[in-house]
Amino acid sequence: MASAVEAVSVKLHVGKKGKPPKRYWDNPTENDEDINKKSRQDEESDSNQGNTPGVSLNKELAKERQNKNDRQGKIDHISGAKDPFPGEAPIPQERLKKFQRVEKTKVTSGLRTKLKEAIHRSEAESEHAQKQAARFDVLLPEDAGFLEGDEGEDTCTISQDDIADAVDITSGAKYFNLNLSQFGPYRLDYNKAGRHLLLGGKRGHVTCIEWQTKNLVSEINVMETVNDVKWLHNEEMYAVAQKKWLYIYDSKGVELHCIRKFNDVLSMQFLPYHFLLATASATGFLQYLDVSVGKEVAAINAKLGRLGVMAQNPQNAIIHLGHPNGIVSLWSPNQKEPLVKMLCHQGGVRSLAVDKTGTYMVTSGLDKKLKVYDIRFFKPLQSYFLPAGASCLSISQKGLLAAATGDIVQVYRDVWGTPVTKPYMAHRVRGGVTGLSFCPHEDVLGVGHADGFTSMIVPGAGEPNFDAMDVNPLAGLKQRREWEVKALLEKVQPELICLDPTQLGRVDRSSWEQRHEERVKVLGYDPLAHEKFTPRNKKKGRSSSGAVERRKKKVAHEDQRDVIRKTVEENMGKEKELKEKETASLSAQGQKSALDRFKK
Amino acid sequence: MKVKVLSRNPDDYVRETTRDIHRVPRNYDPTLHPFEVPREYTRALNATKLERVFAKPFVGSLDGHRDGINCMAKHSKSLSILLSGACDGEVKLWNLSKRECVRTVQAHEGFVRGIATRFCGTSFFTVGDDRTIKQWKMEPPGYGEQEEPLNTILGKAVFTGIDHHQQGETFATCGQTVDIWDEQRTTPIRSFSWGVDSFSCVRYNPVETELLASCASDRSIVLYDMREATPLKKVIMKLRSNTLCWNPMEAYYFTCSNEDYNLYTYDMRHLDTPVTVHMDHVSAVLDVDYSPTGTEFVSASFDKSIRIFPKDGGHSREVYHTKRMQHVICVRWSADNKYILSGSDEMNIRLWKADASEKLGVLTGREKVTRDYNQKLRDKFQHHPHIRRIARHRHLPHDLYKQRREIKEMKDARRRKEVNVRKHSKPGSVPVETEKEKHVVAVVE
Repeated sequence: MASAVEAVSVKLHVGKKGKPPKRYWDNPTENDEDINKKSRQDEESDSNQGNTPGVSLNKELAKERQNKNDRQGKIDHISGAKDPFPGEAPIPQERLKKFQRVEKTKVTSGLRTKLKEAIHRSEAESEHAQKQAARFDVLLPEDAGFLEGDEGEDTCTISQDDIADAVDITSGAKYFNLNLSQFGPYRLDYNKAGRHLLLGGKRGHVTCIEWQTKNLVSEINVMETVNDVKWLHNEEMYAVAQKKWLYIYDSKGVELHCIRKFNDVLSMQFLPYHFLLATASATGFLQYLDVSVGKEVAAINAKLGRLGVMAQNPQNAIIHLGHPNGIVSLWSPNQKEPLVKMLCHQGGVRSLAVDKTGTYMVTSGLDKKLKVYDIRFFKPLQSYFLPAGASCLSISQKGLLAAATGDIVQVYRDVWGTPVTKPYMAHRVRGGVTGLSFCPHEDVLGVGHADGFTSMIVPGAGEPNFDAMDVNPLAGLKQRREWEVKALLEKVQPELICLDPTQLGRVDRSSWEQRHEERVKVLGYDPLAHEKFTPRNKKKGRSSSGAVERRKKKVAHEDQRDVIRKTVEENMGKEKELKEKETASLSAQGQKSALDRFKK
Repeated sequence: MKVKVLSRNPDDYVRETTRDIHRVPRNYDPTLHPFEVPREYTRALNATKLERVFAKPFVGSLDGHRDGINCMAKHSKSLSILLSGACDGEVKLWNLSKRECVRTVQAHEGFVRGIATRFCGTSFFTVGDDRTIKQWKMEPPGYGEQEEPLNTILGKAVFTGIDHHQQGETFATCGQTVDIWDEQRTTPIRSFSWGVDSFSCVRYNPVETELLASCASDRSIVLYDMREATPLKKVIMKLRSNTLCWNPMEAYYFTCSNEDYNLYTYDMRHLDTPVTVHMDHVSAVLDVDYSPTGTEFVSASFDKSIRIFPKDGGHSREVYHTKRMQHVICVRWSADNKYILSGSDEMNIRLWKADASEKLGVLTGREKVTRDYNQKLRDKFQHHPHIRRIARHRHLPHDLYKQRREIKEMKDARRRKEVNVRKHSKPGSVPVETEKEKHVVAVVE
């Protein structure tokens, strides 16, 4: 900067000694030059960047920011201090990626200006929102749990008692056993907030517990076989699949409904955003109950035998059913046939689980295999052999897989990545495991077995930061009521269940023909169909078959005549052009045929 | 062994006292928010339905006139004052916020044909069937004073309309000619005629203030420059235009209401084809007025309904009607862009909301946020068939509904016939005419 000033001064005052007095008009020229210089540097640096792609990312970013600032004409502080971190703070790519939903819309040249502008604006807005969300990620208050062994120590050898002793007292209290040997084996379900636990013993014992405070909310014996239990949208109601019918109880254990349309239910899944209870029955029916209005939405005969193995994909509300012949089928309530049928095992499917992101499905079968599939592409990723075979599977919010083999519960980490050889954790319970479920938003795995219930501590299982707008484990009564109203208002209709739920936000590119076909299907007839021409009957012999045919011919293909005429004309024109070209080329080449001599 | 287990301190998540607001920790991770699009769609659907539920546009009526309302004028300075002239020569001033008549003037014998307020808002002009132009004070007369006009000008022929200059002391009337008057003189300073016998409407351009446009009974719309002695140019259409209104924001556009049930927006610079043809009315359109933002206009029709059109849309976005409203003669859009006033045959002035489902009164912050969010949702999903169907549906009175179908049938028949004629004539001898070209006969410079 100083050198520039000197240079100017030298030019202006040749032969004079000393510095010229400072003038107020000197400053702007200095700055201008300065900026010019910087911009030149920018260009250089830009070209340099283009030449050398191997520069480290951070440096590049810093440079870019610096350049950006310069371009905006921001001059440093008067004091001469420089902002050590100019411009926006960088966001790591992978974190940004987490918040990206769909591909950017391509703006092609054919679009109208208004539409282009609208697309640009909305893209900019969504990008801004993604950036803000990514930035907010740093501010999340809680970190996930973890468990690390000492050197040479396997984490799977660490016992639950040791963990419970090592952690704080409230967390330690999350490891407990309930000895319920009388009515077992038990099935279980945590509610969406993870505060309430529902236990259902095979021999009729149903109980709901606020498991963190160990507060028994209610306890009943339905005096009948209990096949499965499930919380509905809040902790006020739960469904119990009993020997014959499906029952709905409230949290105090009062029977609210006995639903006689749903019989012999073996397992259930609740779709929280649709308020649908999906049930799979021994008779082979998959049924959907809308719990907000109490109506049966769909009853589908899967035609694949007894249905006891069931899971839901939390991202698209598709129900996965496992069948005795090793097939896993995917269902939506809108279709009588499965969306997808995939052969996963040689032998029956014993258990199924789908992870939170809707990317991976884990199945276990009678062939003692544990398989991992990518259900976006229906591709097998990993196949493991478990000597005893897994009877129950569950995947936690953070992607830990719990598998029960006999009376041993094993927890695996990252089964879809590199092949796993050792479990992350293992624990032996006192009876054969029949129910397995991770508690949402907690580092806890609930195990229902023949001798009661065990709550295990599995560090790193639960999502540490909940979103109170979605589900709030610590919500008060009024907040929960408010949430219920809101949730009911935005209940997603069952018709919107499909493999890709983002489809609704995309442009429908179906052609006119496709839409017309659908319309015909809905209406049952073609509204645009031409009436067939039937010639009027004329008298005095003018309706002879020949005459009728002639009259028919007059109107036959009338609508296509123009098109035919046009194409014929075009073809003629093309032929003519070709001929002319040929003759022109021939004459240009100077080739003369013998007949050319007769040409004038 | 190193271990950490999730353990939340409730104090970090629960409000401290019951007087505090609830703590709402957020996590924007998309996997925690499944079904984003379907849920948003559901919200948009609900918002659209609620919009239709709350669409109650009728605010109130101003009754007091003893004959059909023939003309109305907005006060140029005050939002709450409206002037209306009836067919019995009575002019009333209304206080809109109180919905009551504040002053009644027996201005003319016979119809009051036009009212114009002066730009300063201190006086207004009326013209009537008694061939007079009268200037009145906006203030009511003091105690004991007679209700008398400030000035009275006796013209040679009946005046049918009047409009005042935006800032000068001149005004224009129309009748058999279009006259420009100085407020101080009793004879017109300029008189325009172009081979026609009568004009129905004259309007000053709000931006190019020396420009005027008028509708003539020989089916033409004539443009004038006040500084010149002769009219600028005119466009002749198939049928007569009743009134016209300049777009206040893009003042080279004007919209005219036509006898052929349509409205036409013209670009002043290219009169050979209208920019847009606005179709939806099922009877002659009698009046039109732009919103102050220039994005929409309202039209009154003989079919007993008023419609709101977007300035560049071919069809109306809204239709207002009531059981008792008869032929709507005049309509105005209030200067705060919130209300519409319609004067009709059955002696009533009706006050409507410009946005049918808008909540009146002061909104709280949360209400505003909800309103904006719902608006955005409706915009975002407006093209989905289910939502579009709900948003577009309007109940129409049986007559209107029937007539609309009838007109559609007639149009289809005409189109069919044209296609048949074209099919059976020499190619190129029956050119395809667009809807815009159909209605213009000629442009005369």
